[in-house]
Amino acid sequence: MIKAAEAMVKCLENEGVKVVFGYPGAAICPFYDELTHSDIRHVLVRREDNAGHAANGYARISGKPAVCIATSGPGATNLLTAIATAYADSVPLVCITGQVSTDQIGCDVFQEVDITGAAEPFVKNSYLIKDASQLPRIFKEAFYIAGTGRNGPVLIDVPVDIQQTMIDFQYPEKVELRTYKPTVKGNSFQIKKVCEALKISERPLICAGGGVISAKACDELRALAEKTRIPVVSTMMGLGIFPSAHPLYMGMLGMHGVRTANEAVSKCDTMILIGARVGDRAVRSPKFLAETTKIIHIDVDPAEIGKNMHVDIPLVGDCKHILQELTEKLGSAERADWLAELSEVKNTVPKEDETEGYVNPKMFIRKLSAKLSENTICVADVGQNQIWTCNNFQFKGGRFLTSGGMGTMGYSVPAAVGAKFASPDSEVVAICGDGSFQMQMMELATIVQEKIPVKIILMRNNRLGMVRELQTNLYKDNQTAIHIADGNPDFVALAEAYGIRAERVCTMAEAEAAIEHLCSSKEPYLLECNVWRNESTL
Amino acid sequence: MKHTISILVENHAGVLSRISGLFSRRGFNIDSLAVGRTDDPEISRVTIVADGDEHTVEQLEKQLNKLIDTIKVKTLSHKELLPRELQLIKINANPQQRGEILTVCEIMGAKIVDISANTMTLEISDTPAHLMRFEELIRPYGIKEIVRTGVIAIQKGSDTIKK
Ligand SMILES: Cc1ncc(C[n+]2csc(CCOP(=O)(O)OP(=O)(O)O)c2C)c(N)n1
Repeated sequence: MIKAAEAMVKCLENEGVKVVFGYPGAAICPFYDELTHSDIRHVLVRREDNAGHAANGYARISGKPAVCIATSGPGATNLLTAIATAYADSVPLVCITGQVSTDQIGCDVFQEVDITGAAEPFVKNSYLIKDASQLPRIFKEAFYIAGTGRNGPVLIDVPVDIQQTMIDFQYPEKVELRTYKPTVKGNSFQIKKVCEALKISERPLICAGGGVISAKACDELRALAEKTRIPVVSTMMGLGIFPSAHPLYMGMLGMHGVRTANEAVSKCDTMILIGARVGDRAVRSPKFLAETTKIIHIDVDPAEIGKNMHVDIPLVGDCKHILQELTEKLGSAERADWLAELSEVKNTVPKEDETEGYVNPKMFIRKLSAKLSENTICVADVGQNQIWTCNNFQFKGGRFLTSGGMGTMGYSVPAAVGAKFASPDSEVVAICGDGSFQMQMMELATIVQEKIPVKIILMRNNRLGMVRELQTNLYKDNQTAIHIADGNPDFVALAEAYGIRAERVCTMAEAEAAIEHLCSSKEPYLLECNVWRNESTL
Repeated sequence: MKHTISILVENHAGVLSRISGLFSRRGFNIDSLAVGRTDDPEISRVTIVADGDEHTVEQLEKQLNKLIDTIKVKTLSHKELLPRELQLIKINANPQQRGEILTVCEIMGAKIVDISANTMTLEISDTPAHLMRFEELIRPYGIKEIVRTGVIAIQKGSDTIKK
């Protein structure tokens, strides 16, 4: 017999967990007490949502469910934004929260909150453990559910007395869930239909989303596209699947996307949506497509198919399997005219101007990405900085992370910390705005304490730029509640106060020198770019 | 358009709130919800009657299927459906009215389950439409209280939800 708290640690060890991100409190103390006897590394963040975002970065890079921990009450509610963020982007998390003692549940005692209830709309599943003997089974199920099918966060709420209960520990070898059986193999009849549709299509287009990355199917996607010569666009979550310079790649589509991608979407006669959920920012309205365009939708989650758009050929299953099968079944093809038409638009790079005393963020990001090593992990925050990054970062084979579905400001730095833990040899760069930086700047402390050399680019435009742009375009430039200049600290001094090397640049020439410093540094580094207040995303 | 959706679920804590939460989040109004265990004590059956168009129902079925505790979801068409609801009605009834009420109950297939000096309590189990007609017939006496279980339904013939 062992304490359930020890069993929790053993469950994590059995799942191969090496790092967890968390923040303690009374209701989770028995677990923390036992964690000290394990080799699992605990990363103490400075706010619980950042534990969730760090686990998010870790999970997306490692390709496995990652763990975050918080105490009951305010600790748990602080975690909510991170859970919702992971849910929106289908990221596998196992979130562990402490809970008040079972005999006190429902009495509104100190730091009691119904967290499984509060998180209900945006978890894949949740558990409130009331019988300690069930704990090993629940942990096994949680990891399995989080990391299979359409990935997502699973919450386990563990009352403090349950953690103290003695149980027989045996980690189950497999899960027994009669209800949960994600479809892996695609229906062969539907696959045949897809092949037929693609054979007669003259202007086919692949639209790849984050699901392709979750399914670890980037190579398979590339094999299919290259064999059949079908051009590819990606959603924001699908960025990085294809190298930006690849002749078949036409960029990011959607409201914030590039012209080539959006023209490809409106001109194609057959669109294969794969691992993409037709979010409103990607495909604003079905009108975006020609009425005759045939839609093929491939996804592991049947509920996504036909949700936001009429679909001609639905195909449910794991992207990796389906792509392999399609590549086998389809013959090679040439589509010279269609590709030439698109490449022409792609190769007309818009000219960028420099404004005296400022760094042009688009030019900067192109230059930065050209200098960064191939396996760089780039994490964009939310706002103009994100759009600049999406459309100008030259992806070469590394990874791109952002909060696409929720657009959660404050994601980039903690997610970068998590990503760096998952891949210590990769360069990890977080790009954020001066607004979003201030939602996460407490994590500088984590970076220093854990000696995690992530690099931070801060685009200071003294505005909540994305909202400013919206107000300019849709509210007659009535700029309100977006001015942050008067409160902005000296970011360089701030970073230095934490012991992080930092620089401020105001011209492209200075920026280029700083990029060299950033790339050569083995330490954490913050670069503040002075960006013109009226710079637009377009 | 009204739909009758039958759902088999694992009899776990929180299942009902997940299901009802899903309906409200997707903007689907529930007319009635009935739940009870099946022949297998670990499995409950939920019957929901709700309003919505075809597309919404299809979405809902898919979302319900995504819940980890869902075993089976089936929207029963009106043709294959055998719906039932149980209703208890307490009405004003003085001793002179009792005979008359008894006749109505006999014709409509209702039972008298309790009686007091100036009230009667009636029980009827039938289709929702029949319950409505009965209610109209009884209304003139003065309804003091009505309780309904919500509709439950089963398929006609030999088919079951598992098929
Ligand atoms: C937590 C959160 N609050 C509010 C918003 C709405 N919002 C979207 S972009 C943005 C401005 C971001 O400003 P900043 O971080 O300075 O980046 P910029 O757009 O200037 O690059 C805001 C407030 C959000 N996405 N997330």
